[in-house]
Amino acid sequence: MTAFSSFLFNYLNGVTANVYEPVSVATRAAEVWAHEPWLAIGWLALGMAVMLGFLVVIGMGLIYGERKIAGHFQCRLGPMRVGWHGLLQVIADTLKLLVKEDVVPAKADKVLHVLAPVLAIMATLLALAIVPATPWFQLIDVNIGVIYVTAVGSIGVLGVLIGGWSSNNKWSLLGAMRAGAQIISYEVSATLALLIIVLFAGSLQLSTIVESQADGWWIWRSHLAGIVAFFTFLIASTAELNRTPFDLPEGESELTAGFHTEYSGMRFAFFFLAEFINMFVASAIAATLFLGGWMPFQIAGLDGFNAVMQAIPPGVWFAVKTGGLIFLLMWFRWTFPRLRIDQLMGLEWKFLLPVGFVNLLFAAVLILMGWYFAPIPA
Amino acid sequence: MDYILVFVIIGLAFVMVAASLIISRILAPYHPGGMKNTTYESGQKTIGPSWIQFNVGYYLIGLLFLIFDVEAAFLFPGAVVFRSVGLAGLIEIGIFIFILFLGLIYAWKKGVINWV
Repeated sequence: MTAFSSFLFNYLNGVTANVYEPVSVATRAAEVWAHEPWLAIGWLALGMAVMLGFLVVIGMGLIYGERKIAGHFQCRLGPMRVGWHGLLQVIADTLKLLVKEDVVPAKADKVLHVLAPVLAIMATLLALAIVPATPWFQLIDVNIGVIYVTAVGSIGVLGVLIGGWSSNNKWSLLGAMRAGAQIISYEVSATLALLIIVLFAGSLQLSTIVESQADGWWIWRSHLAGIVAFFTFLIASTAELNRTPFDLPEGESELTAGFHTEYSGMRFAFFFLAEFINMFVASAIAATLFLGGWMPFQIAGLDGFNAVMQAIPPGVWFAVKTGGLIFLLMWFRWTFPRLRIDQLMGLEWKFLLPVGFVNLLFAAVLILMGWYFAPIPA
Repeated sequence: MDYILVFVIIGLAFVMVAASLIISRILAPYHPGGMKNTTYESGQKTIGPSWIQFNVGYYLIGLLFLIFDVEAAFLFPGAVVFRSVGLAGLIEIGIFIFILFLGLIYAWKKGVINWV
């Protein structure tokens, strides 16, 4: 233990990672707006196009990855037939969904039935836009970033609830109610975990929070508080994503498909896509707040090592951290059995929430006494 | 500019879903009617509507969530300025959290979060 903490201490003594000036796409557009409005519109259009490309690539990549990883966890190969090692499988599936008939049940509430996938994908797009992937690519960088993340995250639950309720189907209704109760419950813990990083970084802006980790990631620097908050956030976001072991809203063996039982064709595709992109966003936010975002890993004293680490571009660091967390979420799925609903509620309200409160006060005391590693930028 | 982009993205979500539904309407077969549009219930005929009164437990969880989420929203500004406020801030936040914690214990003892 002493060796470990002295290692951390060494890591945190005075190494400052490469500092870039992060500029969001929206800021860049706003700067040139006054004299060159078309350039500004060009920036915005380019940013949006890249984001949509991101959406499709990440969505398909994650679906392929999930199937492959699931396969290998179960000693199978996963998709192998379509394209090299099944690489074209996801494209084939998407095309199939596009040409599938869009069936709306006669008894469903038609307007809400269409609105629900819109809300789901809207929440996902809004959250994706704020992810600081590299210093140069972050679409919007609002100064209330962390609040924005939690606020936008809770639009998604509206999509789920409306989708389940409007289907007028018992499976959908049960799935939607379970999803609603679960997501709003775990949202509280996730918010408290984010609050701890806000407390340490003293800012809500995501780019500022990343910059504040130039000389140490918050998960190390904040003693125990950061580690507890990180794991709380990981558990809470697994629950918010409705992933195993918290997949009661769509437990296949109980509820057919949960809230999207009555969805078919493209509308189902939107729920599916939103779910996978949300997984990416949750991992990216965790990586940004706790693991230093695009900051490289550094150890004080090892200058050669640090130089090599700094040579790796920030985008790669971000991708590696996010990808690692996504792999962890997929690993969870094949490791833990599903919880019962009373265990689920008990875990949140009787364990995570009290722990979150105590952790918050602990972090506040740490800051007040100055008991954290390395100086915090003013 | 950041917030303008937020609204653009909200619009984009609508456009994306509308566009893909239109494309799929053109490409995909569309023959509604008959048994196809009945509610799915594992092959059984549906009995009664699904828009029913639901277990009150969900409502209570919703209320609890409201309280604690609003609390978190109140804590955010405190967390941002915490370093300049210092001990006074810690005491005030401590009192605030303590009162809410009592509320949680009350709800716990009342059996709201025991679920069954």
